[in-house]
Amino acid sequence: MNLLKEVDIAVIGAGPAGLAAALACAEAGASTLLIDANDVPGGQLVKQTHKFFGSERQHAGTRGIQIPELFAKKLVEHPNVETMWDTTASGYYDSGELVVEDGKRFIKILPKRLIVSTGASERFVLFENNDLPGVYGAGAVQTLMNVYGVVPGDRVLMVGSGNIGLIVSYQLIQAGVDVAAVIEAAPCIGGYLVHAAKLRRAGVPILTSHTIVAAHGEECVTGATIAKVDEKWQAIPGTECEIECDVICLAVGLMPLVDILWQAGCEMKYVPELGGHVPVRDDNMRTSNPNVYVAGDSGGVEEASSAMITGEIAGISAAESLGLKAPEADARLAQLKADLAAIRSGPAGEKICAGVCRATVCGGVWE
Amino acid sequence: MGRFTGGLRPSKVRLKDHPILDFSAGQEVAFTFDGKKLKGIDGEPIAAALHANGVRVLRHSPVSGRARGFFCAIGNCSSCLMTVDGVPNVRVCTEPLREGMVVETQKGHGQLPID
Repeated sequence: MNLLKEVDIAVIGAGPAGLAAALACAEAGASTLLIDANDVPGGQLVKQTHKFFGSERQHAGTRGIQIPELFAKKLVEHPNVETMWDTTASGYYDSGELVVEDGKRFIKILPKRLIVSTGASERFVLFENNDLPGVYGAGAVQTLMNVYGVVPGDRVLMVGSGNIGLIVSYQLIQAGVDVAAVIEAAPCIGGYLVHAAKLRRAGVPILTSHTIVAAHGEECVTGATIAKVDEKWQAIPGTECEIECDVICLAVGLMPLVDILWQAGCEMKYVPELGGHVPVRDDNMRTSNPNVYVAGDSGGVEEASSAMITGEIAGISAAESLGLKAPEADARLAQLKADLAAIRSGPAGEKICAGVCRATVCGGVWE
Repeated sequence: MGRFTGGLRPSKVRLKDHPILDFSAGQEVAFTFDGKKLKGIDGEPIAAALHANGVRVLRHSPVSGRARGFFCAIGNCSSCLMTVDGVPNVRVCTEPLREGMVVETQKGHGQLPID
């Protein structure tokens, strides 16, 4: 541990939030270090083959897989940006030092500000034999199929009808895989109806008020038992039904990855609407640790479009706290906040807004 | 039950035609899995190559002996730990495949090679 690198702002995670944050920092004139555990930029965008909704400013109409290169080109050419790929941020200390490891050595970094855009990880669900090979997270199915061109199996039971469950089901069909059914424990479909409609047109049943009770198989999944649930989310005896499948795909939500934020001593709050524990922040994404900002899903699970916005807000604000500002930054910040409000204004945004409200410090500004 | 017996059909696992994505041929490499000679694509995760060869069980848990497979694909969950080129506890869902790799099912917690 003999290397020490000083930068204005370090950004952990090069997904949609981190890419937008790093670019905003650089454009404001801050020396910026972007760190990611993967060897390519984009985070989970690299597997998102669907076109984005929303505003053109957040690349609506562009497929997720095409977005990282839009940022990467600008970042690589930018003299203020340095990147570290294949590098894991492993600790943030009271001294303000960030320790990262690149597989061979530990490197100490001393950033004046830290932006945490570490994303989220997949939730799990309880059922008998849920550890059998053939039970996958939805993200894993997307990676295997959309990044490496390997299908997960022949016939899939999708658990969860949020946007991820619906989109991955449709992507499975595009890849020639049979989707036996999408099941959803809630009484109504969780994701956008435009995605659900595509599945219904393809003949896939979407069974609401249903849960998975068990996976079958000795060493690998060979089938599943599902059942209806009552209003208390309990399986109703006698309603069990057997599904033939060799893949069970779990799309039951995400949980913010906040380890570094806990380490940084940020005030944390459990906000179920945002997926779990998240840092309390102000309107500019600054946490209770004045040197630390949060962006994207690590501040609350939403979608890639909002991650790009919170990333840019965090980037502009972190730079400004160091006295660095791009021309027109104030107008841009106002525009971003308006865009974010627009994304969160739909019916699906109600829950997010309630969560963000609970996770934001009183009045939106730290005293 | 009966349609699915736990096996995969390797010939059908790799996508060739896709409406959006183009999986143009990567460099084919040879590797071994528990002594068996297999082929994969250079740089893809070892677990993807194994999957494409019909291998779904990557290890058995050290205590209860339960089968473990590919789960998170981002190096977070530790379901896929294997021994690669003699080094145990390699997360094969993210470790890139290279020519000549020796991939083995790990026994228990694994033992570090001692030079």
